[in-house]
Amino acid sequence: MGPKFSNSTPVDFLVIGAGGAGGVVAKELSTNGFQVVVLEQGPYLHEDDFVHDELKTRNLYVRPTYGEPVLTNDHRKQPNTFRRSPNETAQPQPSVLYGRVVGGGTVHFTGNYWRLHEVDFIERSRWGEIPGTGFADWPITYADLEPYYTKAEWELGISGQAGASPWDPPRSKPYPLPPLPAKSSGILLERAGRKLGLHPFPAPLAVLSQPYKGRSGCKNCGFCEWFGCEWAAKSSSLASVIPMAEETGRCEIRANSYVKRIEVDAKGRVTGAMYFDEKQNVQFQRAKAVVVCANGSETPRLLLLSDSKLFPHGLANSNGMVGKFLMFDHGTVSRALFEHPLNDYQGVQVTRIIHDFYDADPKRGFYGGGGIDGRFDQYPIAYALGGGLPPGTPTWGAEYKRALRDDFSRSMAIFTHTTSLPIETNSISLDPTLKDAWGQPAIRVTYNSHPDDIKNMEFFRDKSMELFDAAGAVTKWTFPVESPKGGVHLLGTCRMGNDAKTSVVNKYNQAHDVPNLFLVDGSSMVTSGRHQPTCTIQALAYRAADHMTRMAKSGSIPTSV
Amino acid sequence: MESANNGSRRQFLIRSATGLSAAWMLANWPAILSAHEHARQGADSANYKLEFFSGGQAKEVEAVAAQIIPSDDTPGAREARVVYFIDRALTTFDRDQQSTYTNGLEELDKTVADMFPGKAQFSSLSNEEQIKLLTAIEKTEFFERVRVHTIMGFVADPSYGGNFNQIGWKLIGFENQSMHQAPFGYYDAEAAKQNS
Repeated sequence: MGPKFSNSTPVDFLVIGAGGAGGVVAKELSTNGFQVVVLEQGPYLHEDDFVHDELKTRNLYVRPTYGEPVLTNDHRKQPNTFRRSPNETAQPQPSVLYGRVVGGGTVHFTGNYWRLHEVDFIERSRWGEIPGTGFADWPITYADLEPYYTKAEWELGISGQAGASPWDPPRSKPYPLPPLPAKSSGILLERAGRKLGLHPFPAPLAVLSQPYKGRSGCKNCGFCEWFGCEWAAKSSSLASVIPMAEETGRCEIRANSYVKRIEVDAKGRVTGAMYFDEKQNVQFQRAKAVVVCANGSETPRLLLLSDSKLFPHGLANSNGMVGKFLMFDHGTVSRALFEHPLNDYQGVQVTRIIHDFYDADPKRGFYGGGGIDGRFDQYPIAYALGGGLPPGTPTWGAEYKRALRDDFSRSMAIFTHTTSLPIETNSISLDPTLKDAWGQPAIRVTYNSHPDDIKNMEFFRDKSMELFDAAGAVTKWTFPVESPKGGVHLLGTCRMGNDAKTSVVNKYNQAHDVPNLFLVDGSSMVTSGRHQPTCTIQALAYRAADHMTRMAKSGSIPTSV
Repeated sequence: MESANNGSRRQFLIRSATGLSAAWMLANWPAILSAHEHARQGADSANYKLEFFSGGQAKEVEAVAAQIIPSDDTPGAREARVVYFIDRALTTFDRDQQSTYTNGLEELDKTVADMFPGKAQFSSLSNEEQIKLLTAIEKTEFFERVRVHTIMGFVADPSYGGNFNQIGWKLIGFENQSMHQAPFGYYDAEAAKQNS
């Protein structure tokens, strides 16, 4: 447990959002001697709270009215609207899903921990312009971020095998832990990949394969993706950096605190944030600097909600770029049954991946790339309700029961994670009419995928089916490719750039408009990578925290240190 | 509920195991776990009293559930005591579905009378008659709700009242454990053999 700070005395840094990025920033700043308060809208849960209860934990997809979601945002309290194009009136529909708990999405994530490749940062220069998009190079290179990737991997605890992939970007250190044991889904993907001349390799995963830094190694319980880890073996910010931050005695994690708006003084510097406490009373926490780590949907929303005389279009939005270039996770899911049992519900989700199609290739006739993983993503209830059964399976009766009996242990999936091009009209904005349970304007999502993103998903879907054939699947099936109506990887909405006219933050995640405001989460990503973004978000957080520390120590941000 | 204790117990073991060898953990874990699981099952299967359904209603719901997941050479919804899961759902997290059942059961009686004059209850129909009737009402909200509840109750955590003796989990080949050991399945076992 950390200290308690008073609302009225300004702390050095106020961090909004205790997720993957917020946890890292809080740990870095408090370790460097600064006083930090972290406001998290969700609850503070612990390992004891993470139970193998699918009905309770995964109620969202079973039926949205089964009580409150345990680990994610509640669309009944925080509804949002969706539309395909700016000409339409957006209709209420759940469109953004994120971790709403101390630890954020890293509590429930799969843990695929992929560094970006060198090409990701300079892809616009390599590929050229793509009309109708904001495809751009990053203001930093892979080399700028490499030390922070390494730091993240070693501090959080990542399992993997350096050098196993010919596509791996250069690294200054190997992974701290060896890969987790290969499951049958991994072995089948590996065999199939090799047969097709590809290079499958052990998945780098944010799950401990062995005890590390006082935490237990993975026990293969299988309740991993969408669940919190009862063993603290998943390297969430909750299990790793947040305890380190609290141990400094300088960091308070204030849960159940939902930020309403960020305030500025007459000079346009931020002074703190108003938030609703657990009892829905409005409080104001003063701070010398503010770091927003609220995710690629809530960060732009909060800036837009924080309009003022100096910032009439929203905080840090003098150029109108806040909320634009939203990039939802693209990808495909294909499923297959095999002759023998895989029992793939045991263990972590993913153990083998393929990056042979990571780079875009002009020969394919469209821009796009991605990564492929073999996994099992089903728990008993969702599976039995049809989520894991082959199409055409009866929904009740003797034949349904036969499928239930025979298919669960013999099935696996291939997931692909593919590029999404940044398009200016794809965005997060404030809905003109819909409000959340606190009376705040709701998120309005406008989203339509670029045609190349669709073609790319079709390409990856076909590759998945080829892999299933090569693996000897008995039955295989897949789903139509379409532009998503929602996302869980919320990227690009406060993009990073050198030009203050076309971007929201500079290359250190500092707002162009406001020197003591930092935006650190998926929103600053200029391109989507191959949509397993947590590794990059956390590396950016380490790098940004270094910069904040330098600024504060040089006096550009007045702090107590 | 029990699961929370389960978590605490694991936490205790994690903490206490720091001074113990991994071998000790591996050697003792299954026994610790099965003792605990046994206790939990004992609590779950205590005589359950219906809180929402009358005895007659429960009989009809159970008959419908038993067609959704029939009992054949392996146990089905009836043996998994799914009706208790549904009864509990309707008095806890699915209270707003009570009228779907009350009205649906009245409607079911009428459909029985319409389709099979002289028969009063769904449960008294023959197997073929039951299937014929349910196929006719397959698209109704009532049937869909019973179907979803039956399936959920069949494979949800037994602490919710169904999945008695983990019948549903056993059928699909799922074991709820805090710990599993590689190899997990046929293909990784085969690969491990080849590599050794």
